[in-house]
Formats: sequence, structure tokens, C-alpha cells
Amino acid sequence: MKKVLNSTDQVVEEMLDGFVTAHADSVKRIPDTTVIARKDAPVSGKVGLVSGGGSGHEPAHGGYVGKGMLDAAVVGEVFTSPTPDQVLEGIKATDSGSGVLLIIKNYTGDVMNFDMAAELAEAEGITVEKVIVNDDVAVEDSTFTTGRRGIAGTVFVHKIAGAIAESGASLAEVKAAAEKVIKNVRSMGVALESCTVPAAGKPSFTLKEDEVEIGIGIHGEPGIERVPLQSANEITSTLVAKILADIDYTNSEVAVLVNGMGATPEMELFIVHRQVAKMLGEKGINIYKTWVGEYMTSLEMTGFSISLLKLDDQLKEALDGQSDAIAFRL
Amino acid sequence: MIILTVEQTIQWMKEIHKRMEVNKEQLTTLDQAIGDGDHGINMERGFAEVVDKINNTDYDTVADVLKSAAMTLTAKVGGASGPLYGTAFLKMATALQDKEVNQQNFKVAIDEALEGIKMRGKAEFGEKTMYDVWYQAAAFLDSEKVEDWQELIEACQATIEDTRALIATKGRASYLKERAIGHVDPGSMSSFYMFEALVSVLELEV
Ligand SMILES: Nc1ncnc2c1ncn2[C@@H]1O[C@H](COP(=O)(O)OP(=O)(O)OP(=O)(O)O)[C@@H](O)[C@H]1O
Ligand SMILES: [Mg+2]
Repeated sequence: MKKVLNSTDQVVEEMLDGFVTAHADSVKRIPDTTVIARKDAPVSGKVGLVSGGGSGHEPAHGGYVGKGMLDAAVVGEVFTSPTPDQVLEGIKATDSGSGVLLIIKNYTGDVMNFDMAAELAEAEGITVEKVIVNDDVAVEDSTFTTGRRGIAGTVFVHKIAGAIAESGASLAEVKAAAEKVIKNVRSMGVALESCTVPAAGKPSFTLKEDEVEIGIGIHGEPGIERVPLQSANEITSTLVAKILADIDYTNSEVAVLVNGMGATPEMELFIVHRQVAKMLGEKGINIYKTWVGEYMTSLEMTGFSISLLKLDDQLKEALDGQSDAIAFRL
Repeated sequence: MIILTVEQTIQWMKEIHKRMEVNKEQLTTLDQAIGDGDHGINMERGFAEVVDKINNTDYDTVADVLKSAAMTLTAKVGGASGPLYGTAFLKMATALQDKEVNQQNFKVAIDEALEGIKMRGKAEFGEKTMYDVWYQAAAFLDSEKVEDWQELIEACQATIEDTRALIATKGRASYLKERAIGHVDPGSMSSFYMFEALVSVLELEV
């Protein structure tokens, strides 16, 4: 696998460096950490929003830092959750005294590292709440197991919690809004080709020439099944049907996110969206807003995911709120 | 009888690092099969940092060495294994604080580590995680007086083989359901190396 690199163990460091250099007008890096924060953080009187996770999902999570979305993103090694001390730095950099909400994707590693960070922050007198995003319907929801993963639907949590926080809401109110999004967002993905973690040097998994993996996670975790490659409409139908079967979208208004995993051209993403819109139309589900592009990638994986967020008036208003985040300007 | 000195504990960490280095590929390959393929990379990086830290610090007690390892693992590994191993070593350190390390105290320390892993990961025995190997190691130390430490290696070895037949209900491998069967759990494998390294230093003449 050819990659544009200097050294595999400097990937994250050099990426962060390049990122803050490119966007020096709006973000800053907290010195000696892997935290990217709003340039004006901590914002006085506002609840701090901190998310993050492994790298390799760009523009997540640094791209969602900005007025109207996250106050800080904490970045880990490629596909590996950041460590508690780094998350703690993110919390400290964004707490203005109004408390901090952690937006965590449901992976064992992320949950444990963010939990430890929350414990450390509370020991320092900072009020911390957390929400855990689990939008991936490819995995069964269960309290006995690790449960559903958090994938691209997380972007909607960032956006809506961000808008609510910006309005001056309390930590409890911001948390409630984030949980409402989590309750109403569902996603599912598919992979056509694997990706290669730079330090691993070989593909995370292999698919046969004519095979796709339905239900893939954003780190190449296996999905529901491997099936022969089908048409865009057929794959899209499988994903949308599974999402619609999970919660009741009848007569609702939704936000749609068609997310490229890293190596699927936009051309194909629009072909996917065409079918999504057609299916929703047939079901009488009204599309309020659509995003098509790369929002939560898996390095150079070929594939895409679809997320549907069921909206109410509060969520619509928050979704429309201004955002200066580099990857989600509105 | 003292079974573990400061010197041996330092050596233990170095022996773990050696094994993580040699088996980095293997651990990563195991994790690629049922996880996200970062386990070998995480462990090698973590223990390289531990050795680095230890080489640059003076220690008076076994507990201090273990605490240093715990802090470094928590701060440098990330993933699921960082907090889990960090917590395990921290619990051991706390249990051994102001104590000489005889078999009885060491057993208590391993029991505490096991509880720590459970507290963090909420796993039970048989969920195809590292908890299985620590559970087996703790059970082994329950026996009266250990005559042959090689038996600890064998007990751990048998457990990692047992993980092969299991469905995972915790961690990333849980997403695979039946497809996880036939694969050894990577975290159990890295835990095995820790106990293998331990035995190698326990058997050193001191
Ligand atoms: N809840 C848990 N309890 C105990 N052990 C666990 C748990 N979850 C995972 N593990 C162990 O951790 C190992 C995986 O560690 P690894 O370093 O690869 O973390 P990871 O799951 O990939 O983390 P991340 O999701 O952040 O990348 C598994 O093989 C398993 O033994
Ligand atoms: Mg892993």
C-alpha cells in the first residue's frame, strides 16, 4: 500500500501540526497534547463540548471543532482511543466553570479512557457529564454485550449539542439534547475495500474481488455479512431498510447523512443518495436536510454509511444553527 | 519467602517488552482477525515507554515499579488494553504497598488486579477477554505453595486456547458473534506473555 508519509510513528503528530497550521485562524493545539481546541476556548459562560477518538476518521474529530460545534477534539493514535491524560487536558482546556459534556462513541476503549478522564477531572473539581453514541444498527443493542457502535451519526450529536450549548443552555440541557439525538439517529455502513493502518502496513481485513461487507464499522470491524457485490440501489436498499426497521420513522422529518468512508468518490455517494431519497419518499418520510460527503472516514476504506436522524422542532432549530467548524460550516 | 525483588520486577517489565516486540506482528494479526488490528502496536509502544521510564528512574520498592508501569501504560497505550492493564498494574501496586512480595501477598495482588480489570471492563470469565487469563492465573495462585512456576504458564496457555472456542461478548470481537470462534483473543495472548515473562524472572537465581 502506497501512502504519503514521512514516518509511520509520526503520523498523528504531523497530521495535527498540519491541521492547526492550516486552520490557525479558528483552532489551536493545546501545547504538548493531542488536543485541538477552539481558538477562544474556554468560552466563558458556555458548557464545554469535548469529543474525540482514534485518528484515521478525518475530518473527524478536529474538523468539528469551532463555534456552534465542539470546543475540543482529543485525538488518539490511528484507530486507537486517546488516553485519559489527554482527554483530561481537553476537559481542562474547555471548562469555563459551566461544566463539560463528553461525547463518546460506543467502543470499549473510548468508553474506558473517557471514563477515567472524567474521574480525574471530577477529582480536580470540574463537573463532567457524558453521553455515549451508539447509532450503528449493524450491531445488536444489548446490555449484556458491548452493544452498538458509534459511527457517522455522531456528527449530528456534535452539531445539535453544539448549537444548544452555544445558546447558553445548562450542562443538563445540553446533555438532554445530545441524548435526544442519540435516541433518534441510526446509521449503517458497507465496505467494498479494506484500509491499511500505517503502522500495521497491511490491510485490516480482506474482501474478495466481488465481495462487500454489509454493516462494516469505522475501524473495519466486521458487519452483518459478506455478500457478492450488488448495484448501488440494492446495497442502499439493504442499509436503509435495516435503519428504518430499527425505530419508527413513520411520517417523520429526517436529516440524511451519506458519508464516504475515504475512497468512494462523491459521484457514487450521490448515486446512493438518489436511492435513499427515493425510498424515503415512498415511505412518506420527509427529508429536511441532506449532507453528502466525507464526514467520518476510515482511512482509505472504500464504502459508505447512511445515517438518518428523526427530527422534532428543537432538533431542527439546532441543526440549522450557525457553525464555524471547518468540516461542517453552516 | 520473597519471590519478587525490585530488580526482578524491573526485569519483569523488560521481559514483557521483549515479548511484545517479538510478537507484535502476531498480536496485531490476532487483533486484525477479530478486532481492529492495533493490539500488537499498542502493547509494544506501551511497554517500550515503560522500559524507558524504568531505565530513567530509581526504585525502592516493587510497588513503585508497578505503579510507574501502571501510569505509563494508562497514559501511553490507549485503546481498551491501556486502561485495563493500567488499572491491573495499579491495583497490584496498591496491594503490595509497604509489603514484601511473598507468594501470599503476590496472590492478593493478582486478585486485586483481576478485580480491577473487572471493574473497568465489566467482563466475566468466559467472555473471551484478557480477564480469562488473569482469572486463571489468580486461580492457580490459590494453590498452597507453588513448586513449579512452569505450571502457571501451562494454565495460561490452556486458557488462551480455550478462548479460541468462545464467542466474545465484550470488546470489539463481540461484533463478530459466531465469526469470532476459531480465533484466539489478542488481549488473552498479551496477558499470557506477561505471565510467561513473570515466570522467567521468578526462576532467576537471586
Ligand atoms: N470489557 C473488557 N474487559 C476485559 N478485557 C477486554 C474488554 N474489552 C476488550 N478487552 C481486551 O482488550 C483486547 C483488545 O485490546 P486493544 O488494545 O486492541 O484495544 P481496542 O479494543 O482495539 O481499543 P480501541 O477500540 O480504542 O482501538 C481484547 O483482546 C480483550 O482481551
Ligand atoms: Mg484492537
